Amino acid sequence: MTQTEISFKGRKRPLETALKAAFFLSSVIAIAATVGIVLSMLFETIRFFEHVSLSEFLFGLKWSPQTAIRADQVGSSGAFGAVPLITGTLLISAIAMVVAAPIGLISAIYLAEYASNRVRGIIKPMLEILAGIPTVVYGFFAALVVAPFLRMTGGQLGLEVASESALAAGLVMGVMIIPLISSLSDDALNAVPNALREASLGLGATKAETIKKVIVPAAIPGISGGFLLAASAAIGETMIVVMAAGLAANLTANPLEAVTTITAQIVALLTGDQEFDSAKTLSAFALGLLLFITTLFLNVIAMRIVNKYREQYD
Amino acid sequence: MTEFLISANKPLRRRHASETRFKWMGRIAIAASLGFLVVMLVSILTLGIGAFSRTEIALAVDLGDGDASSKKIVRNALFTSFPEVTSRAERRQLLRLPSADASRELDRQLAENPDLAGQVATLWFTASDDIDQLIKGAIDTDKPQDQRRISDQELAWVTQLQDLGQIRKVFNTGFFTSGDSREPELAGILSALMGSILSLTVCFVLSFPLGIMAAIYLEEFAKKGRWSDFIEVNINNLAAVPSIVFGLLGLSIFLGYFGMPRSSPLVGGLVLALMTLPTIIIAGRSALRGVPPSIREAALGMGATQVQTTLHHVLPLALPGMLTGAIVGMARALGETAPLLMIGMVAFIVDIPTKITDAATSLPVQIFLWADSPERAFLEKTSAAIIVLITLLVAMNLVAIILRKKFERRF
Repeated sequence: MTQTEISFKGRKRPLETALKAAFFLSSVIAIAATVGIVLSMLFETIRFFEHVSLSEFLFGLKWSPQTAIRADQVGSSGAFGAVPLITGTLLISAIAMVVAAPIGLISAIYLAEYASNRVRGIIKPMLEILAGIPTVVYGFFAALVVAPFLRMTGGQLGLEVASESALAAGLVMGVMIIPLISSLSDDALNAVPNALREASLGLGATKAETIKKVIVPAAIPGISGGFLLAASAAIGETMIVVMAAGLAANLTANPLEAVTTITAQIVALLTGDQEFDSAKTLSAFALGLLLFITTLFLNVIAMRIVNKYREQYD
Repeated sequence: MTEFLISANKPLRRRHASETRFKWMGRIAIAASLGFLVVMLVSILTLGIGAFSRTEIALAVDLGDGDASSKKIVRNALFTSFPEVTSRAERRQLLRLPSADASRELDRQLAENPDLAGQVATLWFTASDDIDQLIKGAIDTDKPQDQRRISDQELAWVTQLQDLGQIRKVFNTGFFTSGDSREPELAGILSALMGSILSLTVCFVLSFPLGIMAAIYLEEFAKKGRWSDFIEVNINNLAAVPSIVFGLLGLSIFLGYFGMPRSSPLVGGLVLALMTLPTIIIAGRSALRGVPPSIREAALGMGATQVQTTLHHVLPLALPGMLTGAIVGMARALGETAPLLMIGMVAFIVDIPTKITDAATSLPVQIFLWADSPERAFLEKTSAAIIVLITLLVAMNLVAIILRKKFERRF
C-alpha cells in the first residue's frame, strides 16, 4: 500500500507575501516620519549648540539673531535668548484660549444638551467650516481688518495699540480653534451616561443646574483634553502670527504691544536664501525642536486623558 | 396661603431665569463664532470681487508705419489722443494711463489680427492699476490730491476718456490665465494654481496608496499588541504636529540631505504627503471598520486567503469611504502654507510651472505674498485669490460629501 502524502498547507503565494510586506512597510512610514522629524531637527540643533550654549538659549532674555557681516564686528555673535519668543507664544496662545475656551465650551453645551437634532445638524457643520478655512486667510483678515480695528478702537479709548498687536493675532487665532474645542467637548458631553442626567433631573434640578453641577464635572477630563489639544494647535500655528504679530522680540505681557512667536521667527529665519552653517539658520531648527517637544508633550497628555476617560464610560 | 406660595416660588423663578440665561449664553456663543465667519467671508468677498473685472482704455493706434516699435505706437496714440499735453512731466504721467504691458498687448492683438497692419485702428488696452482702482471706486476723489494715488490731471484725463466712451470694464480673464507680475493689473493666479495642482498630485500619488496600505495592515493584518499600539500613537501624534515642523523636515532632509530641487512641487508634494498621511490612514481605518465581519468570514469560509479576502471583498466596500477621507485630506493640504515657506516655494513665479521639478509657488503662498504688497490693487488680488481658494475647498468638500452620500451603505 502506498501512502499518499496529503498536505494541508496551501501553496506558496509569493505575491501575497510581498503584498503583506508592503502593507507592513507602509504602516512603518508613520514611524519613519516621526523619526525623520526628530533626527532632522536634532542634528542641526546640536550644531547650533556648538555656537550658543543651551542655558543661553533657554534662559537668555534677548533675541536678535542677526549675524555679523565681518567677523570683527561688535556684537557679531547675535543674541539667541528664546525667552521673549516663548513668552510671546504663550501670550498669544493664552489670548486665543481666553477667546476659544468659553465660546467653544458653551457652544458645545448648547449643541449637546439643548439643540434639537435638526439644529445640531445645521450648526455643527457650520462651526466645522471655521476649522476648514486656511490659516493664511485668517492671517490676512487679522492683519487687514482686526488689527486696524483694534488700533482705532484703542485710540478712541486713549490706549496705545501696536499695529501688529498680540491681541489681534490672539483673537483671530481664538476663533480658529473654537471648532477644535467645541467638537472635542461635544464628544465628552455626549459620552456622559444618560443615567447621570436623569438622576439629577429626577431630583428636581433644572437643566442648567444639571449641566453645571453634574454633566460638565463628569466630562471634565474629556473637555480638558480638548483644551490641551487646542492649546497645542495655538502654539504651533504659524501663518496668523507671521502675518499679524510681527517680528519684534519684546519681553512683555501687554497684549496691546507687538510680540513675536517661535513659529514666526522660524519663518523669518528660514525664508529667502540662507547659508546652512550660520548660527542664525541653525537656531531655527533649535526653535523647531523646542516647538515639536512642547506640542508633542501636550498632545500625548491630551490623548491619554481623552482615551482613558472614554474607556471609563464605555 | 398665597404669601407662602410666592415666597416658595421666588427661588424657583430665579432658578428658571438662570436656566433661560444659560440657554441664551449658548445661543450667543454660537452666534458669535458664526458671526465672525460671516463677517470674514463677506469682507473678503466685497474686497475681492473687483479683481474679476478689469478696466480697459481704447486708443486709436496708427499702424501705418511698419518699422515703428509697438512701444512707440502706443506712445504716439496717447499723445494724439491728448494733443494739448506737451510738457515732458505731463507726458510721462500720460504714459502711465495704460498698463506697462501695453506694447506687448498690441503685439498680441496684431498677431491675432494681421489685417490691422497699415491701418489706423481703435484697440483696447488694459489700464494701469491706479486707473483701474479709480474706475472701481476704490480711490476717494474727495481727498486732496497729495493724499491719493491719482492726480487731478489724471482724473481729468480719465473723465475725458469716459465721456468719449473710451473706458470700459471687462471680465478679467488675465487673472486666470497669467502668472504673477509686479504690475497688479497684470498679476494672475495661474502659476500659483498650477503649482498647487502639481504639488497636490504628488501628494495624492504618494499618500493615498501608502495611507490605504497602512490602514489595511493596521486593521486587517496587525496583531493587536504593543507594536500596533505604538504605530497608532505615532500616527495620532503625527496628525497633531504643527505643520511648520514638517517644513523643517523637508528643508533639512529632502533639500539638505537628498539635494532635491528647491521651490519645486516635488518637495512640496512630499512634505504635504507626510502631513496628509495620518488623515488618510485614520479615515481608511474607520472605512475598513465599517465593513461587517460577515463579509470577511464568508470569503474566508469559501477558501480565500486573507489577502484575497481583503483585496477582493473588503477593500472595494471600503474604498468610497477611503476616497472621501483622502479628498478631505487633500483639501487641507491645498490650504497649507507654512511648510511650503520653509522649502522655498515662496518665490516670485511668472512662468507657469509644467513639471514637478520646476520652481513653483502655491495658491495660499501666493495669497501670503500678495498680502504683503503695498499697492491697493494687490489687496483686491489677494482677496480674489482667497475667493478662488475657498471655492476650490468648498468644491472638494462637496465632492467628498456627495461621494459619502452616494456610496453610503448600511449593513
